Order: sequence, then C-alpha cells, then structure tokens
Amino acid sequence: MRFDPMIPIWAQVVEQLQLDMVTGRLQPGSKMPSGRDLAVRFTINPNTAARVYQEMESLGLCEPRRGLGTFVTEDAGRIEALRRQMAEDALNRFLVSLAGLGMTPADAVAMLREHEQDAQ
Amino acid sequence: MLESKDITMRFGKTVAVDHISLRLEPGHIYALLGPNGSGKTTWMKLAAGLLKPASGEMLWNGQPVGIESRKEIAYMSTEPYFYNWMTAGGVGKYYADFFGDYDAERFADLLDRMELTPELKVKEMSSGMLAKLKIAVTMARRAKVWLLDEPFNGIDLLARDEIARLIVESVDKDAILAMSSHLVEEMEAVADKAVFIKKGVLAESWDLEELRQETGLSMADRYREVYSRQKGV
Repeated sequence: MRFDPMIPIWAQVVEQLQLDMVTGRLQPGSKMPSGRDLAVRFTINPNTAARVYQEMESLGLCEPRRGLGTFVTEDAGRIEALRRQMAEDALNRFLVSLAGLGMTPADAVAMLREHEQDAQ
Repeated sequence: MLESKDITMRFGKTVAVDHISLRLEPGHIYALLGPNGSGKTTWMKLAAGLLKPASGEMLWNGQPVGIESRKEIAYMSTEPYFYNWMTAGGVGKYYADFFGDYDAERFADLLDRMELTPELKVKEMSSGMLAKLKIAVTMARRAKVWLLDEPFNGIDLLARDEIARLIVESVDKDAILAMSSHLVEEMEAVADKAVFIKKGVLAESWDLEELRQETGLSMADRYREVYSRQKGV
C-alpha cells in the first residue's frame, strides 16, 4: 500500500482495514494479524500498527481477547453502520467537489438520474 | 537507552558535531536527517564508540560507549569494509568470530532475501550487491541497537522495499534502530521519530505521526523547511 506521507499513517491503515471489513475481505469474528504482522504487511512502524488497533478498538470494530489476539467484531450491525458512514463520507466528498464547480445537490441528483438512464 | 549528552566532535577547526543532546529509546525507529556534511555520520560513529568526542559523552544504558557497548550496538558504515578475497558466506563467518549476537541462520535467510548466495565473491560483486551484503550481515546480529548509515543507497527499488520490511520486523520493543538516508521517502512510514541535524547542531526532533497530525507536513516537507537556504541559517 502506498501512503500519503502528509496524513497520519495510522489513519490510512485504519481506512484500509475498514474497507476490508465492509467488502468482506475481513469477515466478522475473524482473527486480525498481530501488531507485528500488521507492521510487516504494510511496512509501517510497529508503534503505528499498535495505534491502528487502539483506534479500531475504540471504534468498536475490533476487540482484543486475552491471550488470543485481536478479532473483528461479530456485530454485523456495527459493520453495516460503518458501510453507511463510509458511503456518507464518499457522498460528502462528491458534493464538495460538485460545489467547487458551482453545482447544487439538486444538480447532482439530476446528473445522477441522467447517468443512470445512459447506463440502461 | 542510548544517550548523547552535550556531545561535540571536531576535526581540526571543523566542528562536525556541536553539543548534540539526544536520547534514543527502545522500541523506536529513528530517521537521522540532514544534508551532506551535517554531522550524521560523525554522530553515528560516536554512538558506535568508534570516535572519542572532544567533549560531552555518549552513554549506552548509563555507561560510556566503547568496547563493551560494541557487543550490543551494530553499526553499518557507508563505505564497504570487506576484503576482496572473501565470499559472502565468508563475510558471515568473519562476523560470527567477532560478534556474540551474530545469528548464522538469520544471515542465510537474509542473504536469500537480498538475492545473494554464500558463494559470491566480494571482488565480483557490484556496488549494489555489496550494499545488500552489508545490510544482511549487519541485521544478522541480534543487536540491541542498529545504527545504519545510508541503508538504501545504491540499492534497487525491490531490494529497498525488502530492507524496509526487514527493519520493521527487526525492531521489537527492546531494540533501537537509527538510520540516515537521503532517500527520505523510504523512511516515511518505517521510522516513527525524525531527528534533524543542521551544521552539526540538533535542529529539531519529531514524532512523525504527530508531525503529520499537527502540521499536515510529511518528513520530506519538514526537511525542506528546515534546510531551505531562503530561510536563513
């Protein structure tokens, strides 16, 4: 994975792992790699990897189990909420770029309809 | 902990290292930054116990560095230091004789990862191959501190990635690794601390994730700000 060096690396790895959860590459209840394995897999500092897990835990996306490691939450509702939130973020970015071009949300809706019709 | 206490080093009239105070803590990977001649290499040689400071001290776990600390502190210099008649495997044996923390099995694995073989002769190796051999034999030590001067220099892209992985997997919570490199991008995600040295003086030190979060700057951006000539001396 290539990182943007101007943005905290931990945040970029968290985003990647969230994407993996939403797309099912990381299944609910499955075991996550150890902090060290995560560091090697992403070629990131081990302290950054530890921060990634802290963050995932505080978001309720991962849970540590004593002596067993860290696991993806089994709460399917939590992952569904994450999908929703990521979609909202994408939508906001989309609206911000359109606003930068002088277009309103109503223009955006009209364009989406048009786009959909073209595709059919 | 490796501690540089107000350390100064002169070569004739030149002050190479000028009252640098710095603590390197276990569990961290440090990037030492600075243009050519800023004093990084001299500081590393002081930390390795290879130079005697003009004033100040370099302490490893509270004791001045020297013959004893060299058993635990592995230093890789920029210049190649192998004899021409040696083979890659022979370089390993040479290290085995000198260093109690040398791990032959790990060396074999690292040679393989660097795409080298034990039979290769030093005199037949390219500069890039020699650079990779230096890394392999240095990291084959189960050291407490690694000091790597320009570990990415002259090495191809894929091998550089392999070296970055190797660094990440080698530094556990008890070990310290400090590296200097002009290839700043190679160190962005691997290091967690950055130390900027300017004309022999410690200019700034940063936790890199804090740097990104607080200033929105990468290590390379900060480098440009610290050393840019327009900003004065």
